[in-house]
Amino acid sequence: MTGGVSLAEICVVACAEVWRGDGEVLASPIGIVPTIGARLAKATFEPDLLVTDGEALVVANPLAVGAGRHEKVVEGWMPYRSVFDVVWSGRRHVMMGATQIDRHGNQNIACIGEWARPKAQLLGVRGAPGNTVNHATSYWVPNHSTRVFVEHVDFVSGVGYPSPTPFHEIRRVVSSKGVFDFETSDRTMRLRSFHPGVSVDDIVAATGFPLVVDDAVQETRPPTDDELRLIREALDPGDLRGAEVR
Amino acid sequence: MTDKRMTEADVVAELRDGMTIGIGGWGSRRKPMSLVRAILRSPLRDLTVVSYGGPDVGMLCAAGKVRKAVYGFVSLDSIPLEPHFRVARQQGAIEAVELDEGMLQWGLYAAALRLPFLPTRAGLHSGVIDINPQLRTVRSPYDDGEELVAVPAIALDVALVHMNRADASGNGQYLGPDLYFDDLFCMAARRRFLSCERILTTHALLTEGSVHTLRINRMMTDGVVEAPNGAHFTSCDPDYGRDEAFQKEYASTDWSEFKARYIDVDEAEYRRLVTR
Repeated sequence: MTGGVSLAEICVVACAEVWRGDGEVLASPIGIVPTIGARLAKATFEPDLLVTDGEALVVANPLAVGAGRHEKVVEGWMPYRSVFDVVWSGRRHVMMGATQIDRHGNQNIACIGEWARPKAQLLGVRGAPGNTVNHATSYWVPNHSTRVFVEHVDFVSGVGYPSPTPFHEIRRVVSSKGVFDFETSDRTMRLRSFHPGVSVDDIVAATGFPLVVDDAVQETRPPTDDELRLIREALDPGDLRGAEVR
Repeated sequence: MTDKRMTEADVVAELRDGMTIGIGGWGSRRKPMSLVRAILRSPLRDLTVVSYGGPDVGMLCAAGKVRKAVYGFVSLDSIPLEPHFRVARQQGAIEAVELDEGMLQWGLYAAALRLPFLPTRAGLHSGVIDINPQLRTVRSPYDDGEELVAVPAIALDVALVHMNRADASGNGQYLGPDLYFDDLFCMAARRRFLSCERILTTHALLTEGSVHTLRINRMMTDGVVEAPNGAHFTSCDPDYGRDEAFQKEYASTDWSEFKARYIDVDEAEYRRLVTR
């Protein structure tokens, strides 16, 4: 493969990895990098995943992100009504964004400041409360900083640990600096891997709460040649991924 | 069959201050915007708006029509944050009921089925419970004894939806990929008004799409408005996509200026202005 691997490409693969082992479930990525990641996972190591075109069609072939007409091999129909049914049945793994996230995996996309009269109104809770108590959830943070990784979220949109239902699982957080999980005895956030060129100290300094760092920490794996080819030629030929990572 | 054809002005004449109005579509997709524009031009006020919100909620907030908004989100999709809704929330200008998207569906469905509530796990342990003191939980009467959120019925005075096609008696047809929750909005409301791109004879409906596209039947509607480009600038696939350039202009233009240019004109003039 020619050309150095970009941070965005590292992030795409780290996002793809969250769906490893999921089998025949609906992968619902929110954002460009997670979308490329889900489609990459399906095109390589997790072929049974169901992925949509971003709207209501379940598409079997590797589709590029962004505008333009692409040949879709439609294998199913997934309007919002069906998505909600799938959410509540549990056969889904969503990767949402997070304006704020805390060490327990509580996520906020609703507002900054007091909800009653917010300093900044954001999207609203969307499906985060229902998603998190019904099926696996991961998060994508393209701008890792102490403004995002906070001691306390201003509003709990996505529910973190301790698990309120048997179906709750916060699988992974992928940021522009590293990959995080909750595989600790008290289910607090652990650094799983640091991206190439990023130090553990960088990550600790950019995180607004004490992060668990244990001996298992390693460098985030780079894309394989095959994965790079898929990302660059099939899934994101317009290079939309670069603009999302800050 | 009863001929239910009417105009946007006829619909607005049926509305009253303080009503609870459900608006179909999703974000910036297939919103009954010509009906929303007609409300913007009217003296109506103190409305409670229930919506998977997009520019419908934003514009009604900007125009001071909203007392209370009930929503899971308000977004323009390609522009994630709705500017006027943000201002209304940040200034404390509106009352807000923020729910999980699925809870909103459940509330509409409960109203449609004339049930007091429907149970769900969505909302448990989230901030939604803290900010909605009206929400209660219910314990399963069976051996599992699980505690669930009892989403109360969201009964609507009026529902407004936009379809691709309809007949004069109020059978509605959507031709795009997603009905969203338009059928539930209609079923949850006492009075239901449907706008559409084109009114066809009943026998022509199946020349447009398969029987599966006929999801709004005439029991679910009280009035039909022919509104070509009626969802503009939101998307109305396959008739037209979202007018992204116009949406950008909407999101970046001062409201009073936008209103003077595009709202304080009649619908025919609006259509002329946006056909560029």
